[in-house]
Amino acid sequence: MKKTIITVVGQDTVGIIARVCTYLAENNINILDISQTIVNGYFNMMMVTDASRSVKPAAELADEMDELGRKMGLSIRCMHEDIFNTMHRI
Amino acid sequence: MINRMEATETIKMITQENLDVRTITLGISLLDCIDSDLDRLNEKIYEKITATAKNLVSVGKDIEKEYGIPIVNKRISVTPIALIGGSACKKPEDYVTIARTLDRAAKEVGVNFIGGFSALVSKGMTRSDENLIRAIPEALASTERVCSSVNVGSTKCGIDMDAVRLMGEIIVKTAVLTKELDSLGCAKLVVFCNAPDDNPFMAGAFHGVTESDAIINVGVSGPGVVKTALEQVRGQGFEVLCETIKKTAFKVTRVGQLVAQEASKRLDVPFGIIDLSLAPTPAIGDSVADILCEIGLEHAGAPGTTAALALLNDQVKKGGVMASSYVGGLSGAFIPVSEDQGMINAVEAGALSLEKLEAMTCVCSVGLDMIAVPGDTKPSTISGIIADEMAIGMVNQKTTAVRLIPVIGKGVGETVEFGGLLGHAPVMPVNQFSCEAFVNRKGRIPAPIHSFKN
Repeated sequence: MKKTIITVVGQDTVGIIARVCTYLAENNINILDISQTIVNGYFNMMMVTDASRSVKPAAELADEMDELGRKMGLSIRCMHEDIFNTMHRI
Repeated sequence: MINRMEATETIKMITQENLDVRTITLGISLLDCIDSDLDRLNEKIYEKITATAKNLVSVGKDIEKEYGIPIVNKRISVTPIALIGGSACKKPEDYVTIARTLDRAAKEVGVNFIGGFSALVSKGMTRSDENLIRAIPEALASTERVCSSVNVGSTKCGIDMDAVRLMGEIIVKTAVLTKELDSLGCAKLVVFCNAPDDNPFMAGAFHGVTESDAIINVGVSGPGVVKTALEQVRGQGFEVLCETIKKTAFKVTRVGQLVAQEASKRLDVPFGIIDLSLAPTPAIGDSVADILCEIGLEHAGAPGTTAALALLNDQVKKGGVMASSYVGGLSGAFIPVSEDQGMINAVEAGALSLEKLEAMTCVCSVGLDMIAVPGDTKPSTISGIIADEMAIGMVNQKTTAVRLIPVIGKGVGETVEFGGLLGHAPVMPVNQFSCEAFVNRKGRIPAPIHSFKN
């Protein structure tokens, strides 16, 4: 199973996790792990998800997540886990 | 499992430090297109390129989205055209038709450059080679995306001075034919010594005859990432400095390796090599000169520059080779002037001269690159500069190249604007003393003594 890493960064507001999770649920993406913190009002979250059963192709998901982030004033990136694994693991 | 810090580091490299995959270059062999009929040859070339590369751009975009890493350019390199056109092209004008075909094919598949309007003449020119070389000015003036290169020397063969002399004239002619665009044609023309067969970077890319039918070569970049990493170790010793560059180069190269493998799989084309180059762009923070400043120089060109660059180049390779099984191409730090804001600043501040750039090319890839010189520079002087640079490559068993732009109608102190990735450049002064009698000698410079290794 190839995982997709979703990162959310930006000013903290009410409902960030709710909206991101709603989007993921609607697209049949399963959340495997969430790690989140707030530093000086700055929201920073990383989600590990399984998008293998998503109806949409990865490129479309990335675009829609980006758009969702923009609407909420956040930066949301949806990236294949391999880019992190190859860079940080030998 | 990846942690948040690591994810943040990767994303910061991409979003703030200009980490990107500079190019996915699809090498295509045209050897099976050879035909004695010019029209049929052109047709076959067009068919082969458009069929092989039809998914290149869309696959590149998909990978870009899925992995969240920008892939700046998708490009094509082909077999040196002088080898393909020999039996069909009787005169330079015939070769120009092939250049136009390449341009049309590039536009059809949506790549921004196609390289390989090239000739390999390190020991001598065939009639076909010479016809192609003479076609270069018109070919570059009448096409938009075609890039041309000529290999005029090698450690094994020496330097073909007849070709060097001819290239001085060809560069000036190209400049004249494209003078409305600040002699932009010359930005698409490279003269090489020891040209690699698998270089993915333009303008010097071509698909060597030793290569298979089609291959994917990837060029990575990331001067901004290296610079940011070095900001964290200011004032520390050389060991820490080198270690930091190595680690960063490793990470950057791994991204290239991932993209190359993925592109190779999706296009069903074998993976060739990763070119581990620090390739700057005019964007702020994407500069090799800025790394040199971070290492401790006031400007690129100050005393110590050659040593700092040698260190940088070596550490980039040492970090990169472990990240990929196949490293090739040019691999090293590029030092183009117009494409690097830090280099431009150094020239404008009076810190960097053509002579210092020449010294720098002894220790890095590739050579005198994207340097604007006065439009009235004599062809023989350009040939002399080429000969010097080729000698450095020949003796040091490395690739060197010259991409000079004599800007017609402009002199020292003026600026040229090429736009986009090609950037802008101050016109640099050239040594005014003549080398005409030297350049006008016929024949070639023999291979150096250390080429006899058998």
